[in-house]
Amino acid sequence: MVHIKRLQEDGADIIAIIGEIDASSSIELDLAIAKSVGDGYRKILVDCNGLEYISSAGLGVFMSYIEELKDKKVYLVLFGLKERVLNTFSILGLADLLNIRETKSDAKKLVDELSV
Amino acid sequence: MSYQYNIGCSLNNLKGVREFIRNSLKGQGVSELEMGAIVLALDEMCSNLMIHAHHCNPDHKISMNIHISGHQQFVFEIIDDGSMFDINQYQEQELDSLVHEKRKGGLGIRLVKSIMDKVEYLREDGKNICRLTKTI
Repeated sequence: MVHIKRLQEDGADIIAIIGEIDASSSIELDLAIAKSVGDGYRKILVDCNGLEYISSAGLGVFMSYIEELKDKKVYLVLFGLKERVLNTFSILGLADLLNIRETKSDAKKLVDELSV
Repeated sequence: MSYQYNIGCSLNNLKGVREFIRNSLKGQGVSELEMGAIVLALDEMCSNLMIHAHHCNPDHKISMNIHISGHQQFVFEIIDDGSMFDINQYQEQELDSLVHEKRKGGLGIRLVKSIMDKVEYLREDGKNICRLTKTI
């Protein structure tokens, strides 16, 4: 089960993921990102502090947005990933294709730089 | 030591599969990162099977067996009676082309192959057995 919360801070949309993302729950993540992009946010931060687990279904959601976000000049940065979660991204080489930072302040800094 | 877990083919049961694996491997000297990777690979195999061979029908059952021998060798068997799909015959697409095509799928098999040492398929008593081996 996963719980997804959205809140806005300094012009950025923050999507907080709490729980586990697998094949049964990846749709929730997909909908949250689609909603954020649909609402017109150009800066999206994904708070992964509460993300306990992600399978390929969740990774696939992030992967499927890479091109669309590039086209729309929307910048998405993930932060607060636990080591075992980050490892899942790294096994596939996806960590290099996404913007990932350790802390929220680093993520904010990066998204501000990217969206200038 | 051997452990068995029987599950209906509903994606809501994946959480139970993950807990079963974690509990079975507890105290076996598996690091948190290795544990995470093993759990992930088996989750991928089960969800693929549930979706593609059983169309998420909860009345269809699959079994998972875990055999633990000395020297930290782990053998995982996933047993079902659906159509067999050998991931060794599957050629993964490059990551770049998946990104370009805005695909959501195509990552699971790549994960399994990177994590497990060996994936074999057998047929016994009318059942498919997918055997995954991992030595820590």
